[in-house]
Amino acid sequence: MLKVATAPHMFSPLDTKRLMRDVVIALMPAAVVAVFFFGLNALTVILTSVAACVMWEYLFVHYLLKQKSTINNYSAIITGMLLAFNLPATMPLWMVLIGAFMAIVVAKMAFGGLGKNIFNPALVGRVFLFISFPVQMTMWMKPNWHDFFNTDVQTAATTLGILKHLDASSSATSLTHEVEAVHDIPNYLQMFVGYTGGSLGEVSALALLVGGAYLLLRRVITWHVPFYYLATMLILTSAMWLLTDDVRYEPLTHLLSGGLMLGAIFMATDYATSPMSVKGKIIFAIGCGLLTFIIRFYSAYPEGVSFAILIMNAFVPLIDKFYYPRVYGTGRK
Amino acid sequence: MDIIVSDIIALGIIAFLSALILYFVSQKFHVEENPKVEEIEQILPGANCGACGKAGCYNFAEACAKANAKSFKTLYCPVGGASTMKKVADALGFKAEVKEETVAVLKCNGTCENAPAKIFYDAPVSCRLAHQISVGQTGCPDGCLRLGDCVSVCKFGALSIHPQTGIPVVDENKCTSCGACVKMCPRGLFEIRPKGKNGQRVYVACSNKQKGAVARKNCKVACIGCMKCAKICTQIKVENNLSYIPVSVDAEEFGSELVKNCPTGAIVMTEAKKEKGHD
Amino acid sequence: MIKTFSIGGIHPDKHKITAHNPIIDAGLPEYVYIPIKQHIGTPAKILVKQGDKVKVGTLLADSDGIVSADIHSSVSGEVVKIDNIPDAFGYDEKMIVIKVEGDEFEASIDTSSDIVKDIPFSVDEIIQKIRESGIVGMGGAGFPTPVKTTIPEGKKVDFLIVNGIECEPWLTADDRLMIEKAEEIVVGAKILNKILGIQNAIVAIDENKPEAIEVVRNITRRYVGVNVCECQTKYPQGGEKQLISAITGREVPSGKLPIDVGCVVQNVGTVFAVYEAVLKNKPLFERIVTVSGDDCAQPQNFRVRLGTPASFLIDKCGGLTQKTAEVIFGGPMMGHTVINLQAPITKLTSGVLLLSEKETHRPDMMDCIRCGKCVDACPIGLRPFLIGVYTRNNMIDELKDIHTMDCIECGSCAYICPARIPLLDYCKLGKIEIRKKQKG
Repeated sequence: MLKVATAPHMFSPLDTKRLMRDVVIALMPAAVVAVFFFGLNALTVILTSVAACVMWEYLFVHYLLKQKSTINNYSAIITGMLLAFNLPATMPLWMVLIGAFMAIVVAKMAFGGLGKNIFNPALVGRVFLFISFPVQMTMWMKPNWHDFFNTDVQTAATTLGILKHLDASSSATSLTHEVEAVHDIPNYLQMFVGYTGGSLGEVSALALLVGGAYLLLRRVITWHVPFYYLATMLILTSAMWLLTDDVRYEPLTHLLSGGLMLGAIFMATDYATSPMSVKGKIIFAIGCGLLTFIIRFYSAYPEGVSFAILIMNAFVPLIDKFYYPRVYGTGRK
Repeated sequence: MDIIVSDIIALGIIAFLSALILYFVSQKFHVEENPKVEEIEQILPGANCGACGKAGCYNFAEACAKANAKSFKTLYCPVGGASTMKKVADALGFKAEVKEETVAVLKCNGTCENAPAKIFYDAPVSCRLAHQISVGQTGCPDGCLRLGDCVSVCKFGALSIHPQTGIPVVDENKCTSCGACVKMCPRGLFEIRPKGKNGQRVYVACSNKQKGAVARKNCKVACIGCMKCAKICTQIKVENNLSYIPVSVDAEEFGSELVKNCPTGAIVMTEAKKEKGHD
Repeated sequence: MIKTFSIGGIHPDKHKITAHNPIIDAGLPEYVYIPIKQHIGTPAKILVKQGDKVKVGTLLADSDGIVSADIHSSVSGEVVKIDNIPDAFGYDEKMIVIKVEGDEFEASIDTSSDIVKDIPFSVDEIIQKIRESGIVGMGGAGFPTPVKTTIPEGKKVDFLIVNGIECEPWLTADDRLMIEKAEEIVVGAKILNKILGIQNAIVAIDENKPEAIEVVRNITRRYVGVNVCECQTKYPQGGEKQLISAITGREVPSGKLPIDVGCVVQNVGTVFAVYEAVLKNKPLFERIVTVSGDDCAQPQNFRVRLGTPASFLIDKCGGLTQKTAEVIFGGPMMGHTVINLQAPITKLTSGVLLLSEKETHRPDMMDCIRCGKCVDACPIGLRPFLIGVYTRNNMIDELKDIHTMDCIECGSCAYICPARIPLLDYCKLGKIEIRKKQKG
């Protein structure tokens, strides 16, 4: 029996499932680095988060919506991994469960599921936890690769935390204090490979860049959002650094520390919550960069990537409304 | 104490000024509206289906309100039917035309059994697309494509694809003969016909214009243009190998004879209703 | 410099497996079925009747009006039937059936293989010859060529673009034609240059045809006013609008024709047919057809007499197998599936593809993940995902506002969509609804 079909009769091998699987693969290097530096704690947090996200999605779709299960499209796994990457290694597991609930049920499924959510689910989960449990969310474990099973927590400050502290203390305290604090800042190499305190997935710029390169190679994301996001931050911090000669603005430190790389490569490029056209993507990325800069330097928080991306997520429908490609044969004289 | 007094005075002044502004605005932008329009709109079904030829029920109500006794006769709401039109006419003080109740009729009987599928359709479920790319599963170039564009366009839920036959069935009680399916069907298979006396009506359930032998190859119940029906009733016309039974043909008088003598079974008649069919 | 269009485009797998197979003669079938409408416009008026003896090149049907084309016999033999016969899609078409007897050509046709280089005719004579040869655009649109080469009052032509870009996967008919008949095509371009009164013909060839580029470029060195332009391999580079913007940088305004920006685009097949018609007196009765596909045992490029049933060609290439899921006329991106294999090859059939289920499998539709790949891929700069949404919700006015009518139906959006949403189908449905609403 011959088939009747409408054109086109061939399809690109790139389907939703493969795209999502590629993102999971791209997240792997960062996960490996996290487990390497933070040991068993990291592994349990990542596995709990992924399992919790998949579970919530299954329960929601199966028992509430009574529809065909959607967990096989990998998107819950990505959300789970990204959420874990945004948490410290010492996070109590029941909090991870709550974070996963916020991410999957409130931020994603309540809006209609994959592709219809306005805000990045993992970031919603993280910000919810960050506001609800500020102590646990800022208890950074000191990296330690000698002892995998060591769960005895030694805390360490994040680079950005040190810088913020510097900001608060600089006016009041003595110069020696400042010098001491500056001394605590890890060197570039440490920050690049990830030997620094911080959330699980954000510490290693190297691993994230490797993942990003893989995504670009597989044409999962375009270069626009990460490039313009990082470039905006780099330009703003460089300008301030050159103008004020203040160590707090050192551009490379800002590029390599905190969640900037993770946010620029994996969060801001999330399909559902970023604009669709190239023009829109550029505006979105510059907005993210600008907001990150403002929050990092002029707010009470040391880190601003999650808030910046969430705020820009809210503008995506507006950006999409005004920035779209020019239609052939219109506009130009 | 002073604060309370000054607050009351200040708020009072603001309230007074706002009231003044509102008053002048409502005076300035007052829209003169015929009260009849609203009254008629209340009577209408409010489906905004456009079957009357106007954009929506409000526009129809406007047209009614503007109409004189003569032009009112050209206005008809097929959804509300005679009863609604009577109410509208009463409201306006006109005499209502009594129109016969009608229903949509599918002029094809290419069921899965009568016209088995010969090809595999692998494209979005849409008759309009299927019509563009091929004759469809049955091989009949004029027959039902069985993909249900009519079902999706019906606002009253009167159409559904029968699970066994594969072709749409009209729910006589729900059909308002708004004509949306007539416009939607890419092959024009629907016709609005009077419900007939006691719900009895006779029609040719085929639209195939091919030669008899070709048509029969694809569908057992195709009209082959044999002219037998035309001999029974002179009003029946056969053109392009296809018979058409005009609505004026009395189902009670000719119906059973036509059905009996049609060699392929293309002519069908609905069963008479026992009790009082409709008002 | 390698040129290309600026908006959108995709890179499907090329599958040009027949690029090195020389064109061979398909031979004569027992019967040919010649439809009287193989072009856009009014069907031709039939001049023959049942029992008439015809030769190769005999006029069977005369063009009816300006937008119409003559139909010639492609074989010699006897007219056995003039009737409604199902076409490739099962719809009835008026066709002339000829029983093949021998292979006798009309006396006026020059059957020698010499290349004629002089053009001793006036412009009017040339146009008359093209009209009498029944030439239509052979790229797929089928617009009668005389209409396209007649320049309306007040319009000026700057470029003649000879479209040698075959961006559809699998097809290699134009590629082989350019390699084997390069000089004829260049002379054909000179003829069209003469009609249009310009000295600026550009043969556009995409870079995945290095052999054709080299052959044609070597020959154009000897001719004034014909040049080769290399274009990037990208789909839909061969689209008229995309080609114009790639080569001239101009854009055809929405709802206008290429002539409005001073361009005339002709397919290489058409240009070759013009050469044969003008200098060889040979009407259009055969064309090059690629028979290919992943389920085709011996893919080939054939020179086929028009009216030959597709099944005749398919059998020559090994026939259908159990695995064959779709038979397509044209390319896999814009071609149509065929349900009647007895259907004849017409002036517009550039290829016959036999594809297996593996190649053509249409996966289930999923939810849109807003990846924006369709927006990046659309060569017109439309937002296909939005067209899909508006079509599903029947928002006709909004559809019109976002330029749905400018869609060229290239299928790039549906090809690229990772959620497998049939975006092209939504565009087509949207266009149907807009036209319906405009009619009232």
